[in-house]
Amino acid sequence: MTADTTLALFAAILGGALRVGVPFLFVSLGECLTEKSGRINLGLEGVLVLSAMAAFGGSYLSGSPWIGVLVGAGAGAALALLHGLLCTLPRVNDVATGIALMLLGTGLAFYLGKPLIQPQALQLPPLALGSWSDSPVLQAALQVNPLLPLGVLLAVAMYWAFGRTRWGLLVRLAGDSASATKALGYSVGGIRIAATAAGGAIAGLGGASLTLFYPGSWNEGISSGQGLIAVALVIFAHWSPLRCVGAALLFGGAGAIGPALQSIGISQGYYLFGAVPYVLTLVILVISCRPGSVARGSPGELSSTR
Amino acid sequence: MRQTLDDVLLPVAAMLAALLLFGLFVWLGGASPVETWALLFKGAFGDWFSWQNTLTRAAPLMLTALCVALPARAGLVVIGGEGALVLGGLAAAAVPYLMPLPDNLIGTALLCSAGFAVGAAWIALAGALRQYRGVNETISSLLLAYTAIAIFKQLVEGPMRDPATLNKPSTRTLAEGLRIGGIAGADVHWGFVIGVVACVALGIWLVFTARGFSVRVVGGNPRTAQLVGLPASRLILLACALGGGCAGLAGAIEVAAVHTNANASLIAGYGYAGILVAFIARHNPIAIIPVAILFGGFGAAGSLLQRRLGLPDASVQVLQGIAFVLILASEALRGVDWHAAGARFRRSVPLDDAAPLAPVVTP
Repeated sequence: MTADTTLALFAAILGGALRVGVPFLFVSLGECLTEKSGRINLGLEGVLVLSAMAAFGGSYLSGSPWIGVLVGAGAGAALALLHGLLCTLPRVNDVATGIALMLLGTGLAFYLGKPLIQPQALQLPPLALGSWSDSPVLQAALQVNPLLPLGVLLAVAMYWAFGRTRWGLLVRLAGDSASATKALGYSVGGIRIAATAAGGAIAGLGGASLTLFYPGSWNEGISSGQGLIAVALVIFAHWSPLRCVGAALLFGGAGAIGPALQSIGISQGYYLFGAVPYVLTLVILVISCRPGSVARGSPGELSSTR
Repeated sequence: MRQTLDDVLLPVAAMLAALLLFGLFVWLGGASPVETWALLFKGAFGDWFSWQNTLTRAAPLMLTALCVALPARAGLVVIGGEGALVLGGLAAAAVPYLMPLPDNLIGTALLCSAGFAVGAAWIALAGALRQYRGVNETISSLLLAYTAIAIFKQLVEGPMRDPATLNKPSTRTLAEGLRIGGIAGADVHWGFVIGVVACVALGIWLVFTARGFSVRVVGGNPRTAQLVGLPASRLILLACALGGGCAGLAGAIEVAAVHTNANASLIAGYGYAGILVAFIARHNPIAIIPVAILFGGFGAAGSLLQRRLGLPDASVQVLQGIAFVLILASEALRGVDWHAAGARFRRSVPLDDAAPLAPVVTP
């Protein structure tokens, strides 16, 4: 392998990590917020697909990609709010409800998004972070999603909020001990509904970056399980928003291996490389989980890790 | 008695509410709800042709629903049936590559067993990861499903591809004698009977055998199971393997009866629809039969809705999603004492209608 192809491969994987990682980042931050409040939202897969469609539609109809981003976040929040409300009902299981909303969200997105498959919507303008370099491959790879800095900022803000603010502590309290929350006179249900809806809005930004930046079009195969991988990502990141950033970029890079190899002419095993993020998630779960013990950093009320 | 009533009435009421909401949904989009309902019924159960289509679709649904229901009875939420289905189908298509098969029923049985074995191993893997490594089985089974689909595509478009299939990569077509035919010349194939038999057999197994009972104890109360010394891990793996085997069998049957080779059409979402069927049937294998027929019917009616009313093909998926959400929400109404609730409601409302009962006669 010559220096040029090595650089091309490296640039393709780096660029892919930055492009593919952004949706992962937002969904994992959304899931992190939801799980911190003591509830799991498997329906983020549905949220992601629905918000991807809504963002694309919003950008197409309004002519402004930023309005599309807002519409995407709103759609995500609405579907997640439904999840939050349903889970507050007695005897309703959050895992099953998540599966149901996954079906409903993707169904609604495919139904309402049917007329959006053909047209092109205005895309988000890329940030050229690679202007310092004279290598055109690196410059192309560093054309990053303008939502990426926002996501990183959000991760820092969440980290700070969980440690330092009243709201953040309340969310963590509801996640760690429902009875303590009640004893202090707060509504556990209310906090969880708010956290789930806010998590949906954050995940909606991930959906928006799918259709408004990369791959940058709306079709029915737009998401390939990023919403579910997010659940595993959060376990991997030990429920820390800052670690979510690293985990998301790692997964983005893993997902970019197949296309990157294809770009330098290696197309063998294309589908198998596509499965790398799933296998990687499984391997990480196998390594980081211990039977009979709770994962480090896990909220005490979370049903999935008990 | 009260519980059985709830078991039947709540899902039925939720399904009716789902149909109502779906009508409202299509009405918002400008289609006539009455016509939609009529077409749903006509496309599903209107005539013999529709019935055949419905029952053909119900066959894999019953088996993939078992892939959710059996682990659920052992206390696991497994949602990766789609993976077991595609790998089961792939295994069935792969057997003729590996060994010469007798061109008759024995060959077909071998194909189906290969599908069953691979599906069983795939879901048992998710169960083993949970039991021995503490990995959440809901997430792992789904990740395994995505991985299975990647393996399927890689093999079907790579080493197992029949070079004659240009547009749609497929494996070699099964010999005539290996295929599963229709029942008495109808379009409904024997896979439907296999599905019904599997549901009934596993329903009996769960209720009337010691092993099945132990599985339910493990699922109902793991602590009790531990106290009475049941081998919980082995029972959970058994439930997962049986369920996964059913889903793998569904894939093998789809290949042998419908597609005649393994190609991308096998990835049709039966695994995901099976989750819904199992939840509505409350993980009861016998109840899966009618629910699978109902949802097979909705699937069959989908193309009619598309052709006649111009609704998107995802409309059935929307209906399924609404139904699933309402079924789960209806659990909140379980065991509600309607008399007490009614009395509370009447007390809270001022009784205006009480006045005419005792008319005040003014002199």
